[in-house]
Amino acid sequence: MPLALRMLGRDWRAGELRVLAAALVVAVASITSVAFFADRVSRALVRDAHQLLGADLVLVSDHAWKAEIGDEITRRGLQRAEAVNFISMARGEAGSQLAGVKAVTDNYPLRGRLRIASAPNAPDAPAADGPARGSVWLDERLVSALGAPVGSRLKLGSAEFTVAAVLTLEPERGANFFNIAPRLMMHAADVPATELVRTGSRVWYYLYAAGEPAAVAAFETWARARLERGERVDNLESGRPEVRAAIERAQSFLGLTALLAAILAGVAIALATRRFVERHLDSCAVMRCLGATQGRLLGLYGAEFLILGATASALGCALGYFAQGALAAALGDLLRASLPAPSVAPALQGFLVGLVLLLGFALPPLVQLKNVPAVRVIRREAGAPRGGTLAMYAAGLGALSGLLVWQAGDLRLGLYVIGGFGVAVLVFAAVAFGALRAVSASAVARRLGARSTALRYGLANLRRHARGNAVQVASLALGLTAVLLLTFTRNDLVDAWRRSAPPDAPNRFLIGVQPEQIAEVRRFLAGAGIAEADLLPMVRGRLVAVNGKPVAEADYGEERAKRLVEREFNLSYADELPAHNQIAAGRWYTSGARELSVEEGIAKTLGWKLGDELTFTVGAERFSARIGSLRKLRWDSMKINFFVIVPPALLEGYPASFVSAFRVAPGQEKGLDELARRFPNLTLVDVSAALRQAQNVVDQVINAVQFVFLFALGAGLLVLYSALVATEDERRREAAVMRVYGASRRHVTGSQRVEFLAMGLVAGVLATIGAAVIGQLLARRVFELDLPPSAGLWLAGPLAGVLLLSLNAWLSARKVLSASPALTLRDSV
Amino acid sequence: MKSGEADLVILREIDLDVTPGEVVAVVGASGSGKSTLLAILAGLDTPTAGSVQLAGADLFALDEDARAELRGRAVGFVFQSFQLLPSLNALENVMLPLELAGREDAEDAAREILARVGLAERLHHYPKHLSGGEQQRVALARAFVVRPQVLLADEPTGSLDAESGDAVIELLFQLNRESGTTLVMVTHDERLAQRCTRIVRLAAGRIVA
Repeated sequence: MPLALRMLGRDWRAGELRVLAAALVVAVASITSVAFFADRVSRALVRDAHQLLGADLVLVSDHAWKAEIGDEITRRGLQRAEAVNFISMARGEAGSQLAGVKAVTDNYPLRGRLRIASAPNAPDAPAADGPARGSVWLDERLVSALGAPVGSRLKLGSAEFTVAAVLTLEPERGANFFNIAPRLMMHAADVPATELVRTGSRVWYYLYAAGEPAAVAAFETWARARLERGERVDNLESGRPEVRAAIERAQSFLGLTALLAAILAGVAIALATRRFVERHLDSCAVMRCLGATQGRLLGLYGAEFLILGATASALGCALGYFAQGALAAALGDLLRASLPAPSVAPALQGFLVGLVLLLGFALPPLVQLKNVPAVRVIRREAGAPRGGTLAMYAAGLGALSGLLVWQAGDLRLGLYVIGGFGVAVLVFAAVAFGALRAVSASAVARRLGARSTALRYGLANLRRHARGNAVQVASLALGLTAVLLLTFTRNDLVDAWRRSAPPDAPNRFLIGVQPEQIAEVRRFLAGAGIAEADLLPMVRGRLVAVNGKPVAEADYGEERAKRLVEREFNLSYADELPAHNQIAAGRWYTSGARELSVEEGIAKTLGWKLGDELTFTVGAERFSARIGSLRKLRWDSMKINFFVIVPPALLEGYPASFVSAFRVAPGQEKGLDELARRFPNLTLVDVSAALRQAQNVVDQVINAVQFVFLFALGAGLLVLYSALVATEDERRREAAVMRVYGASRRHVTGSQRVEFLAMGLVAGVLATIGAAVIGQLLARRVFELDLPPSAGLWLAGPLAGVLLLSLNAWLSARKVLSASPALTLRDSV
Repeated sequence: MKSGEADLVILREIDLDVTPGEVVAVVGASGSGKSTLLAILAGLDTPTAGSVQLAGADLFALDEDARAELRGRAVGFVFQSFQLLPSLNALENVMLPLELAGREDAEDAAREILARVGLAERLHHYPKHLSGGEQQRVALARAFVVRPQVLLADEPTGSLDAESGDAVIELLFQLNRESGTTLVMVTHDERLAQRCTRIVRLAAGRIVA
């Protein structure tokens, strides 16, 4: 057995490496479980988001698809479904209503499920297949508008159908609110019988594909190259901005958690290795005396740590795997989604992370070991290790930083966390040093010191150990910052996030209100108990020129950009900036200006800048105005948003219809049926199903993130522990010496308690400030949320610091006092 | 051998020749430079000027790593504070120099010499569970197990009570006789010094007798 392995066994038995190994195992376990779980959750999220799309990929065309396209889906081993959409009048017993007809093949949808009920407002359940031939499913509004309950008959074109169910949820619903008439779903094979699809009909043909991500991507590339005019590909990227926003935010949260776990692991390992090195200085000096060269020592300890690192990392990976499996199983109900099986990548990643952490943070102090002069065996004071300087850890920090950015998969998030971490370490150490010295030298301290020797010794110790204590306080503050960040700040962030998709968000969109109906509709809504229903004007216009240059679809590379310029814009006018919009650049126009305000994202997609002149045609007329401001808006707010808003003076003369978004509480639905009867020209869109889906995604993410936080929290506690034991040896030795010279137990514990209390207070306050600042930065810069200051944090932070170190003082005093001073001293020689 | 002039001069004009098999005591008051002389003889410390010939090698013409190898090969140590590795048991402490030298028979050799110093029953005890005298006997075993040409001892009884000190010294001389090792022992114990074949007295960094 090689010597390094034997040394590992001996050091392990002696307990020297247990804390270090525990740090590494917990670190790797937390990183791996985070990675495993994040990997699975984000894959599940993407898959669930596909459910909103109904497939992994959707091809849409305004004419029938060529057979070769559909055949290619099958040929590539992908699942394939088809649908035909058109608008047609349906006739029931109570009357006629324009319906958005969707005729689907049996296996629609490929992702997600349709949900149906036996009657309006009855409990619903997932449907096994689409509507059978000869039957239709109607959404609630259509049932009431047509007076066609389940079991009744209705006519569509030349064919007659049986109403078989009430359709309560359709994956694609809500994707295009403005184009959806109440839904009628039927079997694709019944379409010819209706005789509704003829030359000149406005019909949309959908092809759905789903399967292995790689195969889907390959097919997408293949299909895109063959797209003709009027054909397009929808995928998650181009399809649902609000879902994309939720997923991106979820990934940020998960990334952040993984980052914290990794950072904390690094700190814990650095602290534990430092302790190991301090305890091995003498051994190394002896080994130098016994003939070991520097290279030999470095090789031996390097190999010892490498074996330890590999073993602990492997163990951590295994633990991480089981932990995520067990927790995913336990949280299965909460997650509301079956997770895909874990992939191997996170295990490799975790293993690598473990080794990088160990080498980055253990190697620098280990190198000190080889430099121990052999003469230390005769003169003990020789070659005392220099305190860990930041420069020493530069390599480790560099490696960790690279790792973190990689883990986060997001450069900005990574840099924020690393930058914040670096600044926090420097500031913490500097402030702790200053504060401890100031406390011990203050007039109050002198007066207190005059009263009790314990106090005097404690305060003197603070000053004497200012440097070492500052390092310890900084480490403690760091661990505590993480813990606070993961408890208080996390809750605040999660709350703020939940609020961003509020439960009282609008669940109905009302479209097509004519100007002369406004007053009446408003009265009606107020009468139905729906108070806050703003009616916003909407004018449809086509973009024809930018800065005087005619717009052509071919000028734009991006699919989304092409689609945006191709179709009509919904323009709106208003004097005031809508409440849920924010100005990101420029300023809101004054009411008489020839300016417009554009949504930031579309401006970026289409390459518009402040000051650009846009020309639109509305009907036969055209108008131009310059971009005066860019707006940031929340797509997941479920409010009505417009890409382009202009001053009323510019558009008031054009024909406009009005739209509204409002919330209907359960039980108020009856009033809506009345609305549909009184204003047959209006379209009322129920977005609650889509909203429910979006909120499910958010809730699912919150659950996942909370679970992942537990691990980072564990790593934070480990840092706290390592920081606490870092100076234990020295304190025990000092206490033993004091007792040898006649100090009473009370004196020893008293002076330690004073020192610890002061350190705890400083660490607690520092950690509180750290958590608050980092929380604000994250909220504003990364998550784009407003985070109100938390009173709980400011109370709990300092208190936690004081309590933690008081507990530590008590435990450490017990240890010191239970051992005889002679034994402690002999042990420490 | 000479060592000399620095800002703080610890040793000066030292000229000392020790022949193989000699047993030399270095005595002197605290601060007379005894321990520094020993450190220099072992190549643990470097003098500002002068040279040391050890086992045929010019010690300070070698670099630190080469000196370490020479120590491993030819020199044994016994210290006042024993310098046993706290994480290793008695057997492992004795095995350590052999293991560092890559010897396959480390365990057998260590067991044998530990039995020789009377600790056959204590092989698996850790230093903190051994008495001072026992710890120093382990240290003696560790020093002699490599069969060094030169043994350097720094106040080997300094941390022991009289009785265990005497026992350790008896053992030290006995082992020394059996192996014919050259012994240089720093001590302030006159009684102990008298048992050596030669006494070197230091005062204020110079040899006075």
